[in-house]
This record gives sequence, C-alpha cells and structure tokens, in this order.
Amino acid sequence: MNLKPETIEKIDKLVPRYPTKRSSALPLCHLVQEDQGYLSNEAMEWIAERLELEPINIKEIVTFYPMLRTEPTGKYHVRVCRTLPCALAGAYKTCQRLEKELDVKVGHTREDGLVTLEFVECHADCGRAPVVMVGEEEYTDIDPDKAAEMAAKMKSGELSNGLPH
Amino acid sequence: MKHADEPGYTNDIDCYIKYGGYDELKKAVTMKPEDICAEVMESGVRGRGGAGFPAGMKWKFLDRKSGKPIYLVCNADESEPGTFKDRQIIHKDPHQLIEGMMISAFAIQAELAFIYIRGEFFQGYRILERAIEEAREKNLLGDNILGSGYSCDIIVHRGAGAYICGEETGLIESLEGNRANPRIKPPYFPAALGLYQCPTIVNNVETLCDVKHIIGMGGKEFAQIGTPGNTGTRTWCVSGHVMKPGYYEFACADITLGELIYDVCGGLRPGRKLKAVIPGGSSAKVLRGDERFTGKLKDGTEFDWGIEDIPMDFDSLMAAGSMSGSGGVIIMDDSTDIVEALANINYFYAHESCGQCTPCREGVPWMRKITQRMVDGEAREEDADLLNNIADQIAGRTICAFGEAASWPVQSFIAKFKDEFVEKAREQAARRKEGKAAAKETTLI
Repeated sequence: MNLKPETIEKIDKLVPRYPTKRSSALPLCHLVQEDQGYLSNEAMEWIAERLELEPINIKEIVTFYPMLRTEPTGKYHVRVCRTLPCALAGAYKTCQRLEKELDVKVGHTREDGLVTLEFVECHADCGRAPVVMVGEEEYTDIDPDKAAEMAAKMKSGELSNGLPH
Repeated sequence: MKHADEPGYTNDIDCYIKYGGYDELKKAVTMKPEDICAEVMESGVRGRGGAGFPAGMKWKFLDRKSGKPIYLVCNADESEPGTFKDRQIIHKDPHQLIEGMMISAFAIQAELAFIYIRGEFFQGYRILERAIEEAREKNLLGDNILGSGYSCDIIVHRGAGAYICGEETGLIESLEGNRANPRIKPPYFPAALGLYQCPTIVNNVETLCDVKHIIGMGGKEFAQIGTPGNTGTRTWCVSGHVMKPGYYEFACADITLGELIYDVCGGLRPGRKLKAVIPGGSSAKVLRGDERFTGKLKDGTEFDWGIEDIPMDFDSLMAAGSMSGSGGVIIMDDSTDIVEALANINYFYAHESCGQCTPCREGVPWMRKITQRMVDGEAREEDADLLNNIADQIAGRTICAFGEAASWPVQSFIAKFKDEFVEKAREQAARRKEGKAAAKETTLI
C-alpha cells in the first residue's frame, strides 16, 4: 500500500482517539478511499491489519455503505439526487440531460474516464432541489440547462472535480 | 437559529461569542448536573429527529449506577428525505451545536461525545472539525472545561450514505465499526445499554441546540413557547411544489400548514392546486389536499380541519393521522402523478433497507417492483390491494421502525388515493386498446 504520508499521519492521530480500534474502521475507509480513489482488496486488507481485524470485517462495511467504492470513479464523480423532493423539482430531467451531454448512462463511467454519473439518495438540501454533487462540491437548483453548462465545463476541464487540493 | 441568517453573522467562534455564545455553557458548569437534567425535563422539549420523544425522559432512563462510562451521541445523519434543518445549523451556526452538546454532556456526565454526521456533508464535516478546534483553544471542550474539573471531547464521525444510520441503534452499530444493523429491543433505550454496551444518550442536532436555550431561559420559560406538550420552536423544511421552498423556524403550533404554504412559502405555482402534503419527512403518512380532518385532541377538544387549518406541532399532526417527524414538509400540487410519487418513495426504501429482517428485506423491494411495473405500463386493478397487503405484513414485524417508515407511505397513499391507482390500470388498458404504448413518460421515477 502506497498511502500518502499525510494520510498515514491522519490515521495515526485518529485511531487512538476512539475507545476501541474497531470504531475507527469507517473513518479509515474514508481516509484510504480519499487517498486511493477507491478501496481495493489490498486497501481493505491493510485497514484490517491496522485495526487488528479480519479483512471480512472491513469488506462487510465496504459492501454495506453506498459511499464506499471498490472501483475508481472517473475524473468527475457526479451524483444526482433522485429522491422525491429533488424528483418533484425535476431531477430526472436534469439527469437525462447530463446523460445526453456527457454521453454516459447513469450508473456508469465513461470509457475515457472523464466522468462517472450516478443517481443517489437524498443529499439533505431539498429546499434547493435538484441537487447535484461533483466530488465533494454541491451544486443546487440544477435545472437541465444548468446541467448542460456543467457538462460543457467538465468536458473542457474548467469545472473543479470538487476534491480537496 | 436566531442569528444564523442575519447579515454579517459568520460561523466562527469570535462571532458566536460576540452574540453571547457560550454564556450558557459557562452558566451550566456552575450548576449541578442533575439540575440541568431537571430543567430539560421541565422544558418538555421533545426530540426533533422524528419520534418526538421527550428528551428529559430519555435522559432520565440513563443508567448512572453501572459504573461504566457514559457517552453522548449527536445524531447528525439527517437522512429522512425532505429534511435539511441540521445542515443549516452545522453550516451556519456550528458553535450552537457544540455548546448545546457540551452542556448536555456535562448534564449526563458523559466521558466522550460523538457527532455522527452523514457522509454527504463534506463541507459540514470540515466546518465542525474547525469549530471544535476553536472551542478547544478556548477551553470550552477538552480537558478541565472552564476550570470546572469536567473533561469531555467531541469526535466527529462520518457516515457513508446509509439511511438506516439515522436509527439510533443502527447509528451505534455504525459507530462501533459494524454494518448499521439496528439492535433488537429491549433494551428499548441506549440510555441503558448503548455504545460499547455502555449507557448512551443519542439526541438530534436541533434537540441538543434546544438544550442551550433551555439553560439560557430556564426550563419553565422554554415551556411557555408553543403549547403544552408541544414546546419550543421547530424548523420546518419545505420542499416540492411551492414558490419559495426553504427552512423556516416557528414556535410549535404558531402557524398552520396553510399559512406555512401560502404566506411563508409564497404558495403554489400559478394555476396549480394542492394535491398532497407529506408533513414530516418521506415516511410520514400523506395528507390529501381536499380532506377533512375530524376527531378529538388529547385534551378532549374536538376539531374539524381542512388541510390548511392543521396547526404545525407534534400532537395536531398526529391527530390528523400523520406526524411532524423530522419537520420535512413535502408539497405536491395537482401536476403530481401519485403512483409515480409512491414509486419514487418505494425505490428509496428498497435501496435503504439494511436487510436484517425478512419482511422488510423481501417486502420493501417487492413493493418497489410493483409500483415500478405500474409506471412501466403493466398496472393491474388489484395492485393497490396487493401493495396494502404487503405493507400490512411489514409494519410491526421488524426489529426497527424502518418497517413502519417503509409501509406508512404505501398504506397512506393507497388509503387516500386508491382511485388513482385503479385509474392508472384502466388508463393503461385503454391506451393499449388504442394501440398506443401503455406507459406514459414519467417524471418522478
């Protein structure tokens, strides 16, 4: 495992704060996923060893929580909320427009790796629906036209991928 | 959220202190912990997360004699669709939450506190981490808080997109590093056996903020806000078909559903009529726009309301056959296809079932398949009864309240709008007869 030194530092600081090592399993999954982009088998085994657990203990978490991934995403990870308040505000039309403009089916990553487009459940910002997230960045009130603008900026590389640093 | 949206109000500690922040914590650490608990009890404050259980009572169940450490957990998972109030507090006034938590932690003598924040709140997580460091620098949390001899730290723990983590025992499992499968009850309250099998209090973000104000004004004064049994303010989160969706804070029962929709949220879109309202997050039972609500309140007074007359508080919405839940008010106008709306909701619950109990694991996806088939053009006239039958076999037969959360939408949509489910099947049959595709283009699923 080639984790960045700052990730290791964060992990070493975080684990002893918890009353039990196992409690830090989910935060460690987040940190390793942020470092590597996804959680490979090797990564899960590494986390298990770090916490004195079995790999299955980590795998069962990774397969339970929707935000943990076992495959890398495209450069832009686009998550469109599809839950009722966003749907009432037109989220399905927004997503269709993104599919068309980005030439990728929802639930898939484009072959050139530019974008992963996903439908997800509630982002808890229903007053500004439809809500779209790109990486960790949130975009609100995204109607189909605004979605098309975002898609163009992804294709040109102008849009931030919404990840820190 | 008194100050959060005032011009010039920022989320850093200096601004918070300038507005009198942390005065209540300073006061609290000079009080006896049991006196703080008594104030919270007297305030009558009910949990803002969904169930509306009196917070003072929850604290009273705490097992203080076990000798084990006590934990405080703030439920900031905010996962009920339609709810976005905790987001505002975390983003705009994080120190209010931290102050409320430290007062609560002191009151229950917690050894350690956690904020379980939903994974999607990336920015909120960073804001809280910064706010905690700011508070630590000023000795408002950490070791020997304000020289009181009491020490407590807060760990911000991120979830990873699972709705079930909003259920308090699921949340605890998740905090322990497991899948968030809710625990078998009894024990009914983590106050007896919770995190690491130790006494644990789990409270919602808004509830913990209320504790600060209870200490500030006193429990008695707090209980004057709202009506008896429905004290304090609520932050209503309005979404869907209104002109000005958003979050609006009012004293309990200070406003009716009609005033909220028409006066506060600018009403419906031009030319539209109110069709349905889900008043407390997507698992709350739906109310029909043209319904009359009659019956008796707890105190014996009779009521006869149209939907617009329903006072927005815990007991009135319960009397109207639904609940105020987490305060997420979802408005649907007459452009809404009711079957599609239910198909959307079913999709959510099928996705979020943890899979532990058979009725839920099997039944909820079955309901999703039926409503999906209905919008795909294969609706049958008997589908409404079939859906009801499945929902009836889930609710009350599961470890946690998710079974009800997933069944109530189905049961209430069918109870209130059965005609539209039957109509859907007839319409599709007619379109088929005309040689057209049975399914129409959908917008909600």
